[in-house]
Amino acid sequence: MVPEDTITEDGRKIGGVVMEMKNITLRFGGVVAIKDISFDIRQGEIRAIIGPNGAGKSSMLNVISGFYHPQEGEVWYQGKRRPPMKPFEVAQQGIARTFQNIALFEGMTVLDNVMTGRFRQMKAGLFAQAIWKGSAEAEEMKNREAVEKIIDFLEIQHIRKTPVGRLPYGLKKRVELARALAAEPSILLLDEPMAGMNVEEKEDMSRFILDVNDEFGTTIALIEHDMGVVMDLSDRVVVMDYGRKIGDGTPDEVRTNQDVIDAYLGVAHD
Amino acid sequence: MFYREAGDFKTSYTDDSQTFPIKFDRYRYYVVLIAAFAVIPFLINDYWVNAVLLPFLIYSIAAIGLNILVGYCGQVSLGTGGFMAVGAFAVYKLMTAFPEISIFIHVILAGGITAGVGVLFGLPSLRIKGFYLAVATLAAQFFLVWLFNRVPWFYNYSASGQISAPERSFLGVPITGAQTAPWAAYLFCLVFCVACALIARNLTRGMAGRKWMAIRDMDIAAEIIGVNPLKAKLSAFGVSSFFVGISGALFFAVYLGAVEVGEAFGINKSFLVLFMVIIGGLGSIFGSFAGAAFLVLLPVLLKNTLVGGLGWPTDLAAHLEFMIVGAMIIVFLIAEPHGLAQLWRIAKEKLRLWPFPH
Ligand SMILES: Nc1ncnc2c1ncn2[C@@H]1O[C@H](COP(=O)(O)OP(=O)(O)OP(=O)(O)O)[C@@H](O)[C@H]1O
Ligand SMILES: [Mg+2]
Repeated sequence: MVPEDTITEDGRKIGGVVMEMKNITLRFGGVVAIKDISFDIRQGEIRAIIGPNGAGKSSMLNVISGFYHPQEGEVWYQGKRRPPMKPFEVAQQGIARTFQNIALFEGMTVLDNVMTGRFRQMKAGLFAQAIWKGSAEAEEMKNREAVEKIIDFLEIQHIRKTPVGRLPYGLKKRVELARALAAEPSILLLDEPMAGMNVEEKEDMSRFILDVNDEFGTTIALIEHDMGVVMDLSDRVVVMDYGRKIGDGTPDEVRTNQDVIDAYLGVAHD
Repeated sequence: MFYREAGDFKTSYTDDSQTFPIKFDRYRYYVVLIAAFAVIPFLINDYWVNAVLLPFLIYSIAAIGLNILVGYCGQVSLGTGGFMAVGAFAVYKLMTAFPEISIFIHVILAGGITAGVGVLFGLPSLRIKGFYLAVATLAAQFFLVWLFNRVPWFYNYSASGQISAPERSFLGVPITGAQTAPWAAYLFCLVFCVACALIARNLTRGMAGRKWMAIRDMDIAAEIIGVNPLKAKLSAFGVSSFFVGISGALFFAVYLGAVEVGEAFGINKSFLVLFMVIIGGLGSIFGSFAGAAFLVLLPVLLKNTLVGGLGWPTDLAAHLEFMIVGAMIIVFLIAEPHGLAQLWRIAKEKLRLWPFPH
């Protein structure tokens, strides 16, 4: 059943289901990373995926972005069942992501890294690019403007021309978010965007995530370990443990769920 | 002192993405171009053209081509000699089959044919990387040389197995053959060299270049932003081979006039161009020129000073050349993969702040 549009307490509109995972099972040889999990993501919401280490959270994002192909189950996107796809095809459908261990282009400047996010928007062929003057240049400038807005938005103007390899960790995370945002994605997947950050950096990052969602209406699915952050940011939470889904609901519902409490307190599994 | 950005504010993104963002660099570039087109042709003689200028221009084109593949896209290739041979034989077949068509067109078409062959031999790059890809391109090198040696159709069944360029002119001026004036050969190659450099520059500052660099830096991340690795790698092989093919065509038709494939386009050539790219600087168009200039000038310089000036035996000078090049390759690979271009950049950086570095 598709839920009706709802308005959150802070006045954001959450629409129908854009992505639905149906009975996903993913195995690596004998290891079952994901076991028969279903959940959905609704338009405009911030959906968190939490769980202890090795629960299968990253694997789930990798299924969504086409890196892993589940043995069983279906992925539905914008009302259609999605055939097995390569990661670049998923990206071309408007799903952007960041990685748990930053995946930036170290040899390129911040600006070029963020510009790479605009592949979907830039269509000039090789020949036009070789000539440059004309359509290729016009397209470059138009997209450069859009990218500069994102750079301003994430407050990384000062490092625009710096090669990414020279940046500290916290800034790299921000540049990676900028690159994902540059794609103007319909769904943004964030794998532990705040891992390894100090409190201040975490607060900045939380603010950026909320602003992105609020200003651009971007649907966001994020993995995060910091429970405080998750409870503050997300509209709904999926809880995973040992590849199974053990909870799904609003932060409050999840917090009071006995299975979730057990998993986090480390009650022995049978 | 006047080498400054200060006061040279960028008011648009167009200005900011110029090839030479600093005014002084831009002027120097125009000066070099004017000198190359309008001054040098009047000064040069046969020796300068054949010993220095033609090889420099032609190797620069090859180095730009290889740099796109290795420096920008991160795909190692040891097949440059073979691809130059494709360009040479393509232009030879075209010149002999369609004598009424301009040699200018033939050279471009030879580049196009080489691009096609390059894409074909680039296919393994989709499955294999690094060392294994290098070996695969090495196989291409040997296969191509063998092919041009063994199939008489390629050398028009000539008894010697050599190919030699028939006389052709462009705009009424002989470009190939015995009648060619040094300045004509020089200008003809210069036009191609400048055009190739501009095209390479345009491609590498735009989306195509970013795609290649994305594949080079991290292919998984490249996929996640929507780069089709198949298309990106093959386009790099295609564009790279296009340039290498043009350089091979010029090398044969304009520079040497007659070649024996194994001698002119053997594995040594592949290494020579690769060394130019490494010494000049991976991922830099300017570096391609610097590397070509260095490796073309070094033997000339050693020969003139050591052999001509100090009376050393020729073979000793040649050994010294090997040692210098070898040492430089090692130093650059370990200490400065961005080569001469990076040293130049650092020097400029220092100069920009001089005399107040803080
Ligand atoms: N490519 C792979 N090959 C084999 N096993 C894998 C692979 N990727 C993940 N796994 C296994 O799947 C399980 C889930 O891993 P996953 O990375 O999804 O966990 P996670 O919830 O993201 O953990 P963390 O919080 O540590 O990031 C683990 O047991 C892991 O070893
Ligand atoms: Mg993980």
